[in-house]
Amino acid sequence: MSDRPTERIHTRIWREEPEADNPFAARAAYCHGYDVYGEMVGRARWVDMLYLLLRGEAPTPAQADLLEALAVGLANPGPRDQSVHAAMSGGVGGSTAAASLMAALAVGAGRYCGAREVFDAMTVWAACGDDVAAWAGRIARFDAGPVDIWPDAEHPPGFDPYGVSTATIVRQLLTRLARIAQTPRLAWLAAQRPGIEAEVGLPLAFTGVAAAAFADLGFSPGEGEMLFLLLRLPGAAAHALEQQGYGFKRFPFYPVELVESGAREET
Amino acid sequence: MKGPEVLRSHAGVLRTRVGACWPGSHAIFRGHDLHGELGAMDWLELYVFGITGRRYSDQEIRLLHGIWVMTSYPDARLWNNRVGAMAGSARSSAVLGLSAAIAVTEARIYGGGPGVRAIDFFLRAGKAVKAGGDLGAFVRAELASRRIYGYGRPINTIDERLPSLIPLAVSLGFDKGRHYEMAFEVERILLKESKPFLRMNFAALTAALAADLGFSPRQYQLFNILKTLAGIPPCIVEAQCLPEGALFPTPCDEIVYEGLGARSWVR
Repeated sequence: MSDRPTERIHTRIWREEPEADNPFAARAAYCHGYDVYGEMVGRARWVDMLYLLLRGEAPTPAQADLLEALAVGLANPGPRDQSVHAAMSGGVGGSTAAASLMAALAVGAGRYCGAREVFDAMTVWAACGDDVAAWAGRIARFDAGPVDIWPDAEHPPGFDPYGVSTATIVRQLLTRLARIAQTPRLAWLAAQRPGIEAEVGLPLAFTGVAAAAFADLGFSPGEGEMLFLLLRLPGAAAHALEQQGYGFKRFPFYPVELVESGAREET
Repeated sequence: MKGPEVLRSHAGVLRTRVGACWPGSHAIFRGHDLHGELGAMDWLELYVFGITGRRYSDQEIRLLHGIWVMTSYPDARLWNNRVGAMAGSARSSAVLGLSAAIAVTEARIYGGGPGVRAIDFFLRAGKAVKAGGDLGAFVRAELASRRIYGYGRPINTIDERLPSLIPLAVSLGFDKGRHYEMAFEVERILLKESKPFLRMNFAALTAALAADLGFSPRQYQLFNILKTLAGIPPCIVEAQCLPEGALFPTPCDEIVYEGLGARSWVR
C-alpha cells in the first residue's frame, strides 16, 4: 500500500457505498440522503432530481410543477436565438456533439438573452428580499459593478432592449407559470407587468420570467444561471443535429460588406 | 434608430472592418492580404494585431511571447490543465479538452478574472495619478471597496515567475513604463499597510506591462487568457497515454460525505 497522503473530495450532495470487491464501483448511491437507484429511479421526476441536487431537499408538488413548466418553456429558444444558431453552426459542419453544446453554452451564457442576464436579474431579486415591489426600480437602475470578465450590462436585465411590446409567448409563459402556487414574484410580475415595463422602459423578456421563476423556487442567482444554461440545451441539441442532416448548402453563409478598415476598435 | 429597427438593419449581412475570406480567391485580415502582406507574420503578432488593430515592435512581441511562455506549466494538477488532462484520460477529443481548459482558465481567482481586474486597476490608478491624485490614497480607497487583483496568491505568496519576467522587461526597455513602475509602488504601499501576504504576482506585472503597451481591459482579456495555453497539451497527451480513466481515479472512500444521512424517498 502507498503511504502517500490521501487527497479527498468533500461533498454534501452525493454518497456512494463501494462494492465489497472494488472500491471504484458503487453498490449504492445517495443524493442528499435519498437512495437514487434503490428508491428514486422510477418514482422521482427529472425535475425532482434537478431541484434536489441544487437545493438539497425534494421540491413540493407545486415547486416541481413550476420547474417542469419552466423547463418546457425554456427547452428550445428556437433557431433565431444566438445560442441555438451557435449550436447549429457546430452541427452543420459536423463538429462534435459536445462542441455544439459548448457553443450553445458559450453564446447563451451572456448578458443579452443569456444566463448572465438571468443571474443579474436574480441578484436584484435577492437584494429586494420580501420587498417584491422594489424590483422594477432597482432593475431600471441596474449597475453590474466593477469591470470583470463579463461585458458591461447594456440594458436592464430581464427586459428586451429591442422590444416594442411584450412578446405574446413571453406573456403566455408568465401567465401560465404565475397560476402555479407559491409564486409571489411571478404573480406580482403578471399582475403589475404594464406598470413595471413603463417604469423600466422596455418590455419583459424570457430572461425576466425565468429569473422570477427561479427566485420563487428559492434558487440563488448562481443556481438560476446554471439551470438556465442547462434547460435550454435540448433545443440546441435538436437543431444542431437537424442542421447536420440538412447540410451546409442549406445553411446561411451571409453576404459580406467590407467597410473601411484600419480603425482601432476601443473595447 | 431603436427597437427592432436596429436588428433589422443588421439582418442578413455581415458588415465588417476586421476582414473576411473569399473562398478560392483571398482573405483580408484587418485591411491586409493575409497570404501576401501578412503571410510571414509571427503568429502571436498576428493574434494581437487581430485583437487591437495595432502593429507591435519586435521588442513588444518578444515581451508578449515571454509572458505566454513563463506561465505555461505542464502540471495536470492545475485546475485548467486538469480539465484538459481529464478529457485525455476519459478518451474525449483532445480539442474538446483544450477548449474546455481554456474556458475554465477564465476564472475568478486565477487566470482571466484577476487579469481583467488588474489591468482595469492600473489604468484607473494611472488616470488618477495623472490627474494629480496620490497613489497611496487611491490604493487605500480601492482596498476599502474591493480587492486589488494581482497581489497575493493562493497556495504560495512567492511568485516564481517574476524573477524571469522582470529581467526580460528590463532587457527590452519596458521597465520605465508608467504602469510597470506603479506595480512595484503599489506593492510597497500594500506592504507598508501591513499586508505582507499581498506581494505582487505575475498577474499584476503582466497587466501593468499590457497597460503600458496600450491594451484596454477587453483587449487584454483576449491576450491574457492564452498565457497558460502551452501547458495544457502536454497534460492531454500524457493522460492519453495512461490506461483509460486512470488520471486521478477516486475510490468511494476518498469522497468525504458531509451531508444528510439516509432517508426514504418513498412516502
